[in-house]
Amino acid sequence: MKGSVAVVGGGIAGIQAALDLADSGFKTYLIESRPSIGGVMSQLDKTFPTNDCAMCILSPKLVETARHPNIELLSYSDVKSITGKAGDFKVKVIRKARYVDETKCTGCGSCTEKCPSKVADEYNAGMARRKSIYIPFAQAIPRVATIDAAHCIYLTKGKCGMCKKVCGPKAVDYEQKDKEVELNVGSVVLATGFKPFDPSVLKQYRFDHPDVITALQFERLLSASGPTQGHVTKQTDGKVPKNIAFIQCVGSRNPRINRKHCSSVCCMYATKESIIAKEHDPELNITIFHIDIRAYGKNFEEFYNRAQREYGIKYINSRPSEVTVGPNNALSLKYEDFNTGDLVSKNFDMVVLSIGLDPADSTHALAKSSGIALDDFGNIATSIENPVETSVAGIYVCGVAQGPKDIPDTVAQASAAASKAAALLSPERGTLIKERKFPEEKKLSIEPRIGVFVCHCGINIGSVVNVPQVVEYAKTLPGVTYAQEMLYACSSDSQVTIKDAISKNDLNRVVVASCTPRTHEPLFQNTCREAGLNPYLFELANIREHCSWVHSKEKERATEKAKGIVQMAVAKSALFQPLYKQKVDLINKALVLGGGVAGMTAALDIANNGYHVTLVEKEKELGGMLREMTELYDGKKPADVLKELIGKVSGNKNIKIINEAKLIKVEGYLGNFKGTILASGKELPVDFGAAVVATGARNLEPSGLFEYGKDSHVVTQAQLEKMLANSISAKNVTMIQCVGARSKEREYCGRTCCVDAVKNAIRIKKTNSSANVYVLYRDMRTYGVMEKLYGNARELGVVFIKYEPENPPKVQNGSVIVHDVMLNLDIELASDLIVLSTPLVAGENEEINQLFKIPLDKNKFFLEAHPKLRPVDFATDGIFLCGSAQAPKLIEEAISQASAAASRACTILSRKFIETEGAISIVNEAKCIGCGTCVTVCPYNAPSLYDVTVKAEEVTYTTKKSKINAASCKGCGSCAAACPAGAITAQHFSSKEIGEAIDAFQKGVKSISLEKGVVEVTV
Amino acid sequence: MSAESAAAPAAAKTDGWEPKIVAFCCNWCSYGGADSAGMGRFQQPASTRIIRVMCSGRIDPLHVFNAFLEGADAVLVTGCHIGDCHYVNGNDKTKIKYKYLENVVHELGIEKERLQLNWISASEGEKFANFIRDVTAQIKKLGPSPLKPEGVA
Repeated sequence: MKGSVAVVGGGIAGIQAALDLADSGFKTYLIESRPSIGGVMSQLDKTFPTNDCAMCILSPKLVETARHPNIELLSYSDVKSITGKAGDFKVKVIRKARYVDETKCTGCGSCTEKCPSKVADEYNAGMARRKSIYIPFAQAIPRVATIDAAHCIYLTKGKCGMCKKVCGPKAVDYEQKDKEVELNVGSVVLATGFKPFDPSVLKQYRFDHPDVITALQFERLLSASGPTQGHVTKQTDGKVPKNIAFIQCVGSRNPRINRKHCSSVCCMYATKESIIAKEHDPELNITIFHIDIRAYGKNFEEFYNRAQREYGIKYINSRPSEVTVGPNNALSLKYEDFNTGDLVSKNFDMVVLSIGLDPADSTHALAKSSGIALDDFGNIATSIENPVETSVAGIYVCGVAQGPKDIPDTVAQASAAASKAAALLSPERGTLIKERKFPEEKKLSIEPRIGVFVCHCGINIGSVVNVPQVVEYAKTLPGVTYAQEMLYACSSDSQVTIKDAISKNDLNRVVVASCTPRTHEPLFQNTCREAGLNPYLFELANIREHCSWVHSKEKERATEKAKGIVQMAVAKSALFQPLYKQKVDLINKALVLGGGVAGMTAALDIANNGYHVTLVEKEKELGGMLREMTELYDGKKPADVLKELIGKVSGNKNIKIINEAKLIKVEGYLGNFKGTILASGKELPVDFGAAVVATGARNLEPSGLFEYGKDSHVVTQAQLEKMLANSISAKNVTMIQCVGARSKEREYCGRTCCVDAVKNAIRIKKTNSSANVYVLYRDMRTYGVMEKLYGNARELGVVFIKYEPENPPKVQNGSVIVHDVMLNLDIELASDLIVLSTPLVAGENEEINQLFKIPLDKNKFFLEAHPKLRPVDFATDGIFLCGSAQAPKLIEEAISQASAAASRACTILSRKFIETEGAISIVNEAKCIGCGTCVTVCPYNAPSLYDVTVKAEEVTYTTKKSKINAASCKGCGSCAAACPAGAITAQHFSSKEIGEAIDAFQKGVKSISLEKGVVEVTV
Repeated sequence: MSAESAAAPAAAKTDGWEPKIVAFCCNWCSYGGADSAGMGRFQQPASTRIIRVMCSGRIDPLHVFNAFLEGADAVLVTGCHIGDCHYVNGNDKTKIKYKYLENVVHELGIEKERLQLNWISASEGEKFANFIRDVTAQIKKLGPSPLKPEGVA
């Protein structure tokens, strides 16, 4: 067995899987076919539903991947075959000839500049041109040039050779050949992603017209790094369009071209792109033509509502039959207006096709050659209970290769796949890895030599704040030796630039003026460390979130403020001193709260990774909400699934199950938690290094809605689920969707209710084909491959009737009256069973939120650290999240998240030690009066008093002094604020440092003088 | 700048005068709230500079006095909602200190609008922006701090 894993595919899925595995003690090979990792996410401008800049959140991950000592990156490489068995695979990889020596190329770009050959740029979805020798995008990893052999003049015609001539380090090598390498690994994770659907096969949409573009192309138009620097213009005449139409489901939900699946993400990306376009140009009119709007994820419905309410984006429920090109090349759309039944023709300046996600060709080829089973849609086949396990033991799958999904679901699956691979190879953990090494810290010169790097962040900062002015201003500040601007301070080339500047100018403090330290501080701190600077000599000046984004209409004021923020950061940084972290032991055990399917899966995965788990369940028996279910949508019996899972959990020697119990107290920190569990009246102590919260949710009781509770024929979908354990006698069943969801009091979508309704409708029809089943819906949200169920239901004769929220169905005397939008008629459905589909609502999350101090969102579900890239992490280190405690989700999604949480927990449990905070408080013994105030205020018991014997000139006396335990101190600084003698310094946030920042704001920095290693700032 | 403003104190109070406001934000909640305001593009006046501390409990009354003495027109103390403190109970301590601070600042003749406490979570971007907008409007009405030369009427 080998302690190494091959991850195939370097998109966000592969990157996350590789990082988790490498952090858990496994040597990881990341194999990417394109010249750079980053996948499709690197091409996105922003991400829904927060409109976070995609590159800003992705780039730090790219940099981290490139830097990780345990990740070996094989870019521009294809996997030829996978042979062998779990624990011992041979992966044959073709390292395609780059015609550039990766070890020599510095990514300076001279070759690209001089190359005379231009071709369509795939990074910009063909909307721009690149050179034949190229670096795909500014933040590319690895940052080395690649020659496009199909177009290179030298390689095709034997002439030119310009790139070789201009290359300083002599990296260009026209003789390079493809090379086959064989990796011997214990496990394989497939993250081969998808291929955007090619709409040219749908001739009716006139993709041949330059102003009919795909959504990915539109995304590039919106991007600051795109072909038009973020200005949406028509391809035909370069003019700004006034009317834009989005056509949804192009290459999705279309059996005629053998694409039955829903692509899961298009409704939301179309909404996102519309919002961004409107932000750029409020005069734009945008219409989205759709079948159903599938805003099913966390905060999606809210995003969709905002698009309509705040941005005036129009949604029309119709699938246009064709795009026609009229005289003057004008575009028009033909569609049926459902309100009038008329066929309408409407002109648009631009048509955006919301293209679906097709399985990648490489997925298909690899599956075929390696004997991995595919599903009906061409995705890698998995099951509900094992959502990341392929048909071949030891080979796992994540991301869109397994089925269409959005970024957070992809990231969760990636961590889940990592957890499975790590569990399989757990005996070999740590056998093939290297420690991350930083150069020795250089000796600091007394005088501060501050370097200031001001980021444009594409146009995020640069379009509002006059960055060159801020740079010039920074140069005038005392102590600043060096200042420069950067397009993206976070990109990998910028890290090289910063390091070079540190060494060339002998900088001993670094200020980056860009975005929030909450996300980007660690990245720049590591860059400082790599340049031999202590990470605490770094300061971020937040001129994006706190400046350009919130003063976008006051450019001058924003520039002035940016200068001020930089000034404050410079004044503060001058006082910084190196700080050091300490290593402390950790408890290699986990605590899992909640014994439902998510909690049990998390516990089992952690246990299989070799760590002890305490599983706490409040009920008598394990199983959670799955106990209430009688059939899964693939026909399996939940009881069987549960029996197997409970069997595995109870039979695992690493798992201790405590039923009818709850956690009542917890203290400590990452790696060292101590808690108290109350079980059958007894208090039990529990120690753990990491915790997983999997406390689930509950079904909404729709009291007062649709005669529920008054009319015994009205039940909830959850009650019907139970009833269907036996056959039911009802002949006329009417289901009402979105009961208590997508409403004023509960804005979110229940996510699972459509799938549940369709599943149960099918069950009724299958046992009694003569029964009438009606589903009254607003949008059918059977996303992804679940679309198949919706199709099955219709084939079986289930009738779907769309209603408008303004005109909801009414329950009267055993009948349901509904206004059918399509027919524009009120219909009365005599029903002997009325089923209300209600969403999951948050359970008793407030108790746990109080215990761990972890946040809740407005619906009382737990709030993850980042909605896109940290879906199962909390902002608090060492605590993780999975299942419907985070938001409603399907079982396989809960299972994926559970494995993901386990993987994240194992990245901690696998460590040999935990590093303490560096910025902790220290006591100046000479000033300390031993009053004990610090002991009283500290919530972590870090300060304690000890006896000291003081010998003054004539007297000797014993007194008390305080000392702070570095391992317990979290660096909050409460003690420093409370100390009446001013004896405690909260390092990095000392009164002096804070004071200088305040003074700099009010008066400006006039000088920084230095004596005997003490920096004095005068204002 | 101070000389100019002092020359025309009445006009300075309303026309184009931008107060200088110091906002203490804790790393985990209110600083995140300010970040969320940015992510949500909630526009706000450019009057405020944020001083990040790890916990509102770190804010020493002396820092607040310092800000006033250095010429801040207003000082904002912000942190996590009570019960949400990342450091268990730092904001409870802030609340206690704030009560004391409020009294002292008031005794010094500084109007109550110039020192404000607000609990803002990391997701409350809009609340943060509204807070800055409201405080800036209030201070614009009041004019420069009485501790500033130009603020002495």
